[in-house]
Formats: sequence, C-alpha cells, structure tokens
Amino acid sequence: MSAQPASQAVPLPDGAVESRPVAQRLREHLPLIYPALMLGIFFVVPFGIMLAVSFFHRVEGAFFEPAFELANYARFLSAFFGKALVFSLWISGLAAVVVTCVAFPFTYFLTRMRRGSQVRYLVFILAVLSLSEVIIGFSWSTLLSRTAGVSNLLYYVGLLAQPTAWTPSFGALLVGLCYLGFSYAVLVLYPALSRLDPELPEASRMLGASPLRTFFSVVVPVLRNSIVSALIMVFVFNLGAFLLPQVLGRPEHWTLSVLITDQAVFQSNIPFAAAMAVFLMLVCLALVALTLVFGQQRRAV
Amino acid sequence: MALRIEHVSKSFGSFQALIDVDLEFPQGKFICLLGPSGCGKTTLLRCIAGLEAPTAGRILLDGQDLTHAPAHKRGFGMVFQSLALFPHLTVGENVAYGLKVRGADQAQRRKRAEELLDLVRLKGVIDRPISQLSGGQRQRVAIGRALALDPKLFLLDEPLSALDAKLREAMQIELRLLQQRLGISTIVVTHDQREAMTMSDIVVIMDHGRVQQVASPLDSYRSPSNAFVADFIGISNLVPGTLRGRDTVLVDSRPIRVARLPDGIADGAPVTLSVRPEEVHVRPGRENGENYLAGQVSFVRDLGASVEITVRCGDQEVLAVTNPRDRPAVQIGDPVAVELPAAACVVLPS
Amino acid sequence: MANPGRNLFMALVVLFLAAPLIVVAGVSLNAEKQLLFPPQGLSLAWYGELFLQPDWLNAVKNSLIIAVFSAALAVSIAFPLAYFMWRHRVWYAKALFALGLAPFTLPPVITALGFLVFWVSTGFYGQMIATLVSHAIFFVTLPLVTISLGFESIDRQLIEASQVMGADDRTVFRTVILPLVRPYLISGYAFAFVLSLNEYIVAYMVAGFTVETLPIKIFNSLRYGYTPVMASVAVMFVLVAILVFGLIARFGDLPKLLGAWSSKET
Repeated sequence: MSAQPASQAVPLPDGAVESRPVAQRLREHLPLIYPALMLGIFFVVPFGIMLAVSFFHRVEGAFFEPAFELANYARFLSAFFGKALVFSLWISGLAAVVVTCVAFPFTYFLTRMRRGSQVRYLVFILAVLSLSEVIIGFSWSTLLSRTAGVSNLLYYVGLLAQPTAWTPSFGALLVGLCYLGFSYAVLVLYPALSRLDPELPEASRMLGASPLRTFFSVVVPVLRNSIVSALIMVFVFNLGAFLLPQVLGRPEHWTLSVLITDQAVFQSNIPFAAAMAVFLMLVCLALVALTLVFGQQRRAV
Repeated sequence: MALRIEHVSKSFGSFQALIDVDLEFPQGKFICLLGPSGCGKTTLLRCIAGLEAPTAGRILLDGQDLTHAPAHKRGFGMVFQSLALFPHLTVGENVAYGLKVRGADQAQRRKRAEELLDLVRLKGVIDRPISQLSGGQRQRVAIGRALALDPKLFLLDEPLSALDAKLREAMQIELRLLQQRLGISTIVVTHDQREAMTMSDIVVIMDHGRVQQVASPLDSYRSPSNAFVADFIGISNLVPGTLRGRDTVLVDSRPIRVARLPDGIADGAPVTLSVRPEEVHVRPGRENGENYLAGQVSFVRDLGASVEITVRCGDQEVLAVTNPRDRPAVQIGDPVAVELPAAACVVLPS
Repeated sequence: MANPGRNLFMALVVLFLAAPLIVVAGVSLNAEKQLLFPPQGLSLAWYGELFLQPDWLNAVKNSLIIAVFSAALAVSIAFPLAYFMWRHRVWYAKALFALGLAPFTLPPVITALGFLVFWVSTGFYGQMIATLVSHAIFFVTLPLVTISLGFESIDRQLIEASQVMGADDRTVFRTVILPLVRPYLISGYAFAFVLSLNEYIVAYMVAGFTVETLPIKIFNSLRYGYTPVMASVAVMFVLVAILVFGLIARFGDLPKLLGAWSSKET
C-alpha cells in the first residue's frame, strides 16, 4: 500500500518509523487519553497512596497520619503473620495443583466435544465462575454442615453413624478453594486446548498408543507451558480468597487476604494492612512475571 | 491383506457422510479415494483407520472383523493432512514413537529410525527438532513414521495438499515407487484427479457419500459409469439425448450412432452422451450424415500446445481439442459440423 | 468415540460443581426459617420476600445500579484502549494494556484496600459513586481481554477492501470495525455486569456500611441471623448468570469469544 497521507486505518508494523505532522500524531493518540486518565487516576494513584500509607503511622481513632516508619513491615515478619503467609502460600499452592490436575483433562475432553455440548458446558462453567465467594462459602458451609449437608445423606444411607459437621476445617477450606478456582482454570486452559491440532492425538493412537498413553505422551508434553501458566494463575487467584477461609476455616486457617481485611476494617490499622497488601502484591507480580516467562519460552521453540 | 468394506454407512446426526459403501481391495495395491470436498472419502478413510466408528456395516481385514477394534490396535500406518508431527520430539523420536510405545529399547529405536529416514531419503536430520524442517522434509518424516511399524495398511489423507505444485508432482512419483518397492497395500485420499491417475492401481470415485465407480484410472477415464464421473475425471462433453433402437442416440433429432450401450436403458429413455474433447472433430461447413451436429463456433482458444474450439450446437456447448497441426480453418461465428465418432461415445443414464 | 471412563469423570466433575447449587436451591425452598436440607415442606415464599422486604429490595436496587453503570464505564475504558493497542503496537500502549490487566489478576483485597485508601483520602468514602468507579476499574480487565480478542479476529483485508472502495477512517470504523467488534463489546459488558453483581470485597471495603449491595447483605445475613432469603438470592444470581451467558451463546459464537480459533460444526 502506497503512503496514504492523513488516514491510515491499517495497523502499522512494529517499529515502523514514519514522519507525520505532530498535530496528526496527537490526534491519533486521542483514544488513548481517556483510558490513560481513568486508569491513572483511579488505579495508579490509589496504589501509590497505598504504598505511601504502608509507611505511615497508625493513629487511634482516626485513619492514619503521614510518617515514614518500617514498623508495619517489621510487624509483618513476626511469627504470627509470617505463619499466615506460609499457610496462605501452602494452601493456595496445594489447591492450585489439585485444580489444575483435574481441570486439565476436563478441559481437554471439553474441547474434543461436539459444538452443541461444548457450549452447554461453557455456559455452565461461566455461571459457576460468576458466583461470588459469598455464595460459594455459604453453599459449601451448608453442604458440609451437620444439619443440612452431605453427612446427612450418608447417615440416611447408613454409611455414617451420625451426621457430623465437616466445617470449619482444613479440608473444608481446601475443597472450597478447589471449587473456587476450578472454573477459572477451565477458562484459562480453554484457548490453548481448543487450538490443539486434533490430529496429534490421533496420530499417536495410529502408532499404537492407547488413549491414556496418548494423553500423557503427547497432549501433556505439548501443552506443558499452558499447564504451568494455568497453575500459576490459579495460585494467584487462590491467594485472593478472603471469605472462604473465614467461613470454611478456623482462625488458624486465615490467609493473608483475610488478615488484610481484618486489619483494615476491624482493627482500623490501615498502614499495617497496606504493608501486608504491598507484600502480597509483590509476591503475585513475581508469579505473574513467571507466567509470562513461560509464555515466551513457548514461542521461542 | 485383503480389505473388505461391507455395506458401511456413517451418519453424523442427521448428516449422512457415507451411504452403503461396499468395496473389496486386493493386497498390495495402490488405491485412491477420489472425489470433491464433502464426498465422504476422508470419513471412509477414518473408518478404516478406526478413528470413526461406522453407523452400519463391517470392516474386515483378511476375514477378521475390525469394525469395533480401537485405532491403536489395528496396526495401520497413517499420514495425516496436517502431518501431525509431534512438536516436542525430534525427527528421530517422531519416527521411532511407535516403537517406543511397543517397548523397543533405545538402540533398536535409533537403528530403525535411521533405516526409515534412509528409506524416505532424509539424511542427517535425525536429531533435529521438527520446527527446523521444510515442508517437504516434514512430509517425509511423516511417511517414515507411519511405516515404522511395518503396518498392514498404509493410509494417507490428502498427504500432498500442503506442498507446492512442483514438489507435489515429484512426491507423487516417489510415493508410487515407494509403495511398489515395499508392496504394501496403500489407500490415499485426494481431490486431485491428476494425482489419482498418476499414482493408483484402482480409483474409487465418490460423491455425496456414495461410491460412483471403482476402476483403474484409465477405465474410469474411457468408460465412466455416470455423468458425475465423466465430468470429474478429465473434461467431458455431456450431451443430452434420447435413445432410439439399440445403437442410436438422437440429439436434437440428429442421429448419433454409438458402439457400446450399457444394459438396462429402455428405448426412448433420456440419456447423456459423454464424449472427450480430444475425440471431437470440427469441420467447416455443414455435413448431413450420421454422428454430426450442426453448430456455430463461439470461441477459439489457442494455447500453443493445443487448440480448444467451443461450438454452440442448439442449446449445447461442445468443446473440441486438437493439436495445432490438425487445427481446422475456422474462426468465431463460422458455421461448422461437429463429429462425435461412434467409438468415442459413452452412453450414460440420465 | 464413546468412552465410559471419560463420561464418568465429566459427570463427577459436573456433580461437584453443581452440588452446592443444588443444596442452595433446596434450602431456598424450605418452608421453615431454618437451614435444612433436604427441605422439609416446599415453599416459594422466600423468593417473594426478596422483592417485598425493603432492605432486600434496596440491596437489589443498589446492586443493579452499580452493575449497569460500572460495566458500561469499564467497557468505555477498555474499548479505546484495545482499539489503540490494535492499531499502534507501541510500548506505552502495551504498558497501559498491562495496567488494565492488573486489577483483576491481583488478589481483590489488594485492589479493595487501595480503593479504600483512595476514597478516604479524597472524601468519597461511603458513597455509591465510589463503589461504581471502583467496580469499573476493577472489572476493566475482562472487557479489555474480550474486546482485544475481538479486534484480533478482524481480517485486515476487510479494512483494506473498504478503503479501496473509498471509505475514510471514520467510515471504516463505523461500517467495518464496529459491527465486527460489537459481539465482543456486548459479551465484555455482560461479563463485567454479572461479576459486578456478585462482587463483595471491593464494594464492602469502599462503602460497605452505607451502600449495601446484595453480596454484602448476604454476608451480613450469614453473620447476624440466617434467613432462607439468602439462598433464594443465590439461586437468582445463578439464574441471571445462566440467562446472560445463555443469551450470548444463543446469539454469538461462545467458543470463539472465549478463545477457540475455529468453531467446528460436527
């Protein structure tokens, strides 16, 4: 296409350098101004303030006053909060592994289905994904409760001596987290799995490998990077659960997200909450960066 | 291995992909499943491979019923349209994949991989990742991989469609020579009739899920069994007419004598005459004898190596192809007589 | 190819996913004001209560207002950003895009706290506009991703063809780009809408005591006295989500909207 002076609706290739009048360049950037302003004011600024607040001094009866102290961070590294951090990472990671191991074959089968069935499943998964943590927490605490839960069912059937409450407990929280992250994992894995060449597993079967062997020898290795990315993303997603640990777990099971909420709203210690939030954010950003690294690796091959 | 496909039908929901396909293939032949897109040829191949299950009918190999045997137990080698080479394995690992599944050790696998890469004439790439190969090289790896386990049947789904024209022609010949050398029964799916003519011993022409004709390439050309085959294989003039007596077809009330007549067509029934363009002769002026149609030249195409003359005869357009030496002295608009020689006419039911 | 093992596996997963929903639905039908399952005595009374009790109705109103407008605001931010990034792949556009992805990929409590601090500092803490804007920013990610997918799916040749036929930038945008991207705009809005309805922590932290949305009301009910109305709200949420996504599936190509390349009709 020869140079069209003022209007170019066709995207420019990366790195293309062209001399165009300043006024026109400015006009082209018009669409970017509004989003930049909005995100700048309402996202960057809040985070900036939060970062600053994490160094502030907590004042009884009011919110906080400007200062610069590392006391908040130091307190964070104490035994109690350190333990909460470790527990948060441990249970989030465990749930992420379980979820990915189940969601991967599930999504694989889903993408091999006929279109009609696939759409029905997808609508269902999206509906489950949109459920708020409140509803999930409420539902699972009901499901695992003594008066209205699964144990009642097993009691009626005769498999259990009497109905018991299975919540709050580590197991209940783990199940809740798995439930929370599952539909998210499915949606994260869906694009890559649906783009997998269907003839690859077929070729493997023609060469004598059973469907099970094909799954582990061909499907998993080829999509290895997607699996790892999904695992990390679910991990970060799980770290964000703030309600399930309160509803399905005892205080020793409370994760960082819960403590941040607690400190911010009930203990009125916003600087401390901010410090923990900053730390949590750094951990998550590091994990997300890892995901991107894995994504790049795939393209290099 | 004699392959028997016994009254096989396959439906996907309400769509019928295969309708009562009944075929028998002798051992060691090169067979082409030929037809336009959507005719069912790939579905048939996949049923043979075990990747689809027929809705009705059976598939037997040497008398053994394979219909419900899973794909990984059939022992057939297959080359896919997308080639489906495993991206996470090297060339050698791809070729030896089947052997690894069977439990062969590292040394055996390497040796066999080398043998096969030699067979398909690929040197020095055994440890390369797939991404570094050209299209033609990948093609050979796919063939080598499919042959690694000495399969009883060699199946290929439009194997050459991704190659450019020149490479495709070379590969057609190579595949044919390879097959003859190994003596392996081979079934190839293709939509390219030139490809089918080049490579195969037997051509199975399909349309809309049904088998239209099974014959050698030349027989399908010279004696097409219906109008579809006549039109699909090469180019043919299809002239509607009416049968009169046992040896004449009336076209626009002009008598055309024919040498052969298929059974089962009643006197007075409508028929279609199929005549290949290279058999049609165009003469200037008018002729009133048998086997002549009257018409007017509507187009002349001088292609250098051949000359194509299109003549309008009533409602019909008839194409004649000659070489430059025998070219009649006519131009657009001239009245001409078109000869349809008796020996060249094939009568087809309408 | 039918595979009984696979079918069993899929069925078990679906059962796991549906189990809490079944329980909640059952609880919502319980005649007594108790948390009982299986329900003893069926009654649809609690669904009626949802629309009769003023505090629940108020929560519904709040949630709807916030959802409708924050989703629109989110799409309004995401659309020009995605458009710009598609046209000019410059580094600052990509950086802004990453910024747009950040709110949703980080743990919500971090974003919620950030907003809390911000609104306290600017004096809008406790007001509905705070919740509205916070939701819009928080949910910018989903429309951004969806709309970007939509732009990427546009065949460049369509634009070139329309230019050759004499269309200028604005006309190309109006007649070619916009219609092609529209389904993604709609589904982006729908995602943000449904998620905003369901969102708890940001709404709670920013104006939880003054602006009670449905999720906040449910949680408060959970803590301070049980009533099956909560369960009927949960059921309503699920039905709304199924309705919204079902409509998208009906009128659009859902697999493609979620990232599949080609939808195969088998």
